[in-house]
Amino acid sequence: MMLPNAVPVSWYLILSAILFSMGVAGFLIRRNIITVFMCIELMLNAVNLSFVAFSYELKKIDGQLFTFFVMVVAAAEAAVGLAIILTVFRHRMSLEIDDVSSLKN
Amino acid sequence: MIPMPNLDVLGFLVLATFAVLCGLSVILQKHAVASALSLVGVMGSLAVLYLMLGAEFLAAVQMIVYAGAIMVLFVFVIMLLNSGSERPAKARYFAYLVGIPSLLAFLGVISFFILKELPNTSSVQFGAFTQGGPAPVGRLLFTQYLLPFEVTSLLVLIAIIGAMVLAKKEID
Repeated sequence: MMLPNAVPVSWYLILSAILFSMGVAGFLIRRNIITVFMCIELMLNAVNLSFVAFSYELKKIDGQLFTFFVMVVAAAEAAVGLAIILTVFRHRMSLEIDDVSSLKN
Repeated sequence: MIPMPNLDVLGFLVLATFAVLCGLSVILQKHAVASALSLVGVMGSLAVLYLMLGAEFLAAVQMIVYAGAIMVLFVFVIMLLNSGSERPAKARYFAYLVGIPSLLAFLGVISFFILKELPNTSSVQFGAFTQGGPAPVGRLLFTQYLLPFEVTSLLVLIAIIGAMVLAKKEID
């Protein structure tokens, strides 16, 4: 098998798309709230990778700064989301998303 | 004599494979702790990929903030709630029959357009782009992006207060 001589930036973008799709798949098929939340983090990480790849392609660091903002939003989201999960668990003693369906119907 | 493979290529392939395997492990493990550890693997390999793309400060921040702080928060909550493995799922035919194939179609379409619209992107070489250190990033952050930065501080403050209000025990 011959390895190519260089890796184009588009491969990084495709890796980012693969990781994002895996995050969406996990979001669809998992039923533990915490795992669903981790799948959201996986999607955010995939988007960060494509920001950094475009930053390399354009030779500008604006994309990296957007990644910083995504990280800050992810941190804030994790804090609030995990607090919500704690509250839900305290009231329902369950972490299954199928048990938390009061807003349905 | 075996020709020495290019380390940029080899590193990308190894790290991308590791990231994809860890990502699969995130969505397939039954225990939340195992998913969390696999997610740390994804974040670590992404940090090294950032390093290869010239974002050195971002790679450090990825390890410290994401793999350090955020994942420790996740593991704390997993341990605190003591959630065992998931109950065996009742079959969710809609997610499996419609969601996954349309997701694969989405992946195929987006890969096709990336390869078609961006056919000759520059090739990644470690060290070809060195503007990602703390000094240039900080300079841009505190000049051009000062307003988003300040708004971000407000957001984090609100998140702290919200998390405390949500998670405190009701004192009756």
